[in-house]
Amino acid sequence: MNRRKLIEERFFKLLSSIASYSLIAILAFIIVIIFVKGFHALTFDMVIKAPKGGFYYGGEGGVLNAILGSLYIAGGASIIAIGIGMPAALYINVNLVRHHALQNTIRYFLDALWGIPSIVYGAFGFTLMLYLGMNASLLAGIITVALLITPIMIRTFDEVLCTIPKGLLESSLALGSTNTETAFRVMFKQGFSGFITAILLAFGRGIGDAASVLFTAGYTDLIPVNLDEPAATLPLSIFFQLSSPIPEVRERAFASAAILTLIILVISLTARALSKKYSKSNLQ
Amino acid sequence: MPNRRIFIDKISQGWMIASLATILLLPVIIGLALYMKANPLLEQQSLSTLLFSSEWLPSQGKFGFWPFIAGSLYVTLLAFIFAAPVCLFAAIHLTQFASKKLIRWMYPVIDILAGLPSVIYGVWGILVIVHFISDILAPFFNTSSSGYSILAGGIVLTVMCIPYMLNMLIEVFNTVPIGLKEASLSLGSSYWESVKHVVVRKSFPGIISAFGLGIAKAFGETIAVMMVVGNQVKVSGNPFDAGYPLPALIANNYGEMLSIPMYDSALMFAAFLLLVIILSINLIFRYLIHKTTRK
Repeated sequence: MNRRKLIEERFFKLLSSIASYSLIAILAFIIVIIFVKGFHALTFDMVIKAPKGGFYYGGEGGVLNAILGSLYIAGGASIIAIGIGMPAALYINVNLVRHHALQNTIRYFLDALWGIPSIVYGAFGFTLMLYLGMNASLLAGIITVALLITPIMIRTFDEVLCTIPKGLLESSLALGSTNTETAFRVMFKQGFSGFITAILLAFGRGIGDAASVLFTAGYTDLIPVNLDEPAATLPLSIFFQLSSPIPEVRERAFASAAILTLIILVISLTARALSKKYSKSNLQ
Repeated sequence: MPNRRIFIDKISQGWMIASLATILLLPVIIGLALYMKANPLLEQQSLSTLLFSSEWLPSQGKFGFWPFIAGSLYVTLLAFIFAAPVCLFAAIHLTQFASKKLIRWMYPVIDILAGLPSVIYGVWGILVIVHFISDILAPFFNTSSSGYSILAGGIVLTVMCIPYMLNMLIEVFNTVPIGLKEASLSLGSSYWESVKHVVVRKSFPGIISAFGLGIAKAFGETIAVMMVVGNQVKVSGNPFDAGYPLPALIANNYGEMLSIPMYDSALMFAAFLLLVIILSINLIFRYLIHKTTRK
C-alpha cells in the first residue's frame, strides 16, 4: 500500500468517525441544555396546577391544562389511528399476501404520506372544521392528529407483520379459518409487540406535534372536560410562554420543555425496549 | 356455525378495505380541500404573479408569495449544505467501519433525535444557536445580527434533518451486496477505496433520494424554524438577516385570516403549494428508493 493511499484511508476513516460521534454529542448537548435550563425553573406547582389569573404575566399556576390536553389529544388520536391503522396493516399482510406488486405500491404511497408536513394536516383540519361547522375543540384536534399519525402507525405495524413467517398464515388458512380469523388470531397475536411499538410511536408523535393542533385545538387555561371544548397542548404552551417578554414566564417555558422532553424520552425508550426483540433493525 | 363466521368475516373485511382506502385517498382529499379553498384567489390572480411577485399587502389584496418561497428555499438550502456531508460520512462509518458496541449506542441516539418534538428543537435553537450567532458569529464576520436569522433557522433544521436522512442512507448502504465490496478488497484496494468506488457508486441513486427526501422534510418544517428565523417579510441574500418561510406564514397568521378578505384563500394556497411540492418530491424519490432497496 503506498503512502498516499494510506493517508487518504486514515483521513477519511477519521472524518467519518467524527461525523458519527458528533451525533451523540449533538443529542447530549440538546438534552443537557433543555434539562439544565428546565429543571432549574421546574417546581411541583408546574405539574399539578392549571394556570391562575395573570399566569402569562408571571402569576401563579402551572401547565397541567396543557399536559392533560396533550395527553387527551394524543390518546384520542391514537385510538382513532388504531381503528383505521390496525385493520389496514392486517389487510396488507393477510389478504394481499399473494400480490407483491400491490403490497409494495401501497407501502410506497404510505411512505410518501409520512412525508407530508404537519402544518398541511393542520390547514386541512381547519378547512374540514369550517366545512363541518365545528369550533376549535378537543375533537377537531383529535381528528387532525389522528390523520397525521395513522400512516406512521400502519407502516410501523406493517414492518413487524411482514417479518412473520408465511407458513403460519398458510397453515391457518389451510385449516379452514377465514381471512378475518387468520388476521386477528394468528397475525395480530404474533405481531403484538410491533402493535404496541406502533401505538407508542404514534402517541409520541401526537404529543409532540404543534403545527397540526395550532389551528384546530384552540387554546385555553381550563382543563377540557368535553370533546367540544378547546384544549391547550404542551408544545403550544411552550411556544406561547416563550414569546412572552417576561423572564419568569420564559423560565417556565423552559421548564415545560423539560417536561415534554422527559415524556418523549420515556415513550421512546419504552418503545425501544419492547421492540428490541422483534423489530427489523437497520444496523446489525 | 359457518354462516355466522362468514358474516363476521364479510363485515371485518369491509372495515379493513374501508380503512385502507381512506388512508390511501387522504392525500387526494387534502389536496382537493385545500385547492377549493385557494380557488377564489387563483381565479383573481395569475399563478405566476402569486408565485413570483414580492408585494405582500394582504389588506390591499396583494399576495406575492416570493419572499416566503425564497425564505423557505434559503433555509432548506442551508440545512442541506450542513446536513448532507455529516449524514453521508456518518452513514459510511456506521455501515462500514463502526464497532458493534458503537452501533448499539447509535441506534437509540438516532431514534431519540428523530423523535424529539420540533418545539424542543426550537427552544434549543433560541437558547443556543440564536445567542451563538448574535454574540460570536456575527461579530466575527463584522456584521450585527439579532441572532433570529435565516442562518439560525438553517442550523436548527440541519439537526432536525440529520436523523431522517441518516436512517435512509443506512438502509441504502445496507443493500449493497457484500460480495461486491469483497471483490474490490481482494483486488488490492484499501477499505476507503472500496467504499468510494464500490459502495457509494453502487448506491448513488439511493443517496440522491435520501438527500431529496431530507430536503422535502426541511421544506415543510414549521414550529422550530418559525421560533428562530425572525419572521420578517423581505427578500435578502444575507444569512444574518431575518427571513419568513412558507410554513411559518401559515402558522403565524391563522388568527387573523378570517378578518381580511381573501387572506384565508391565500394561506390555504400556501398550504396547497407546500403539499404539492413536498408530495411530488416524496413520490419521485421514494420511487427510486423502493426500486433500489426492495428486491
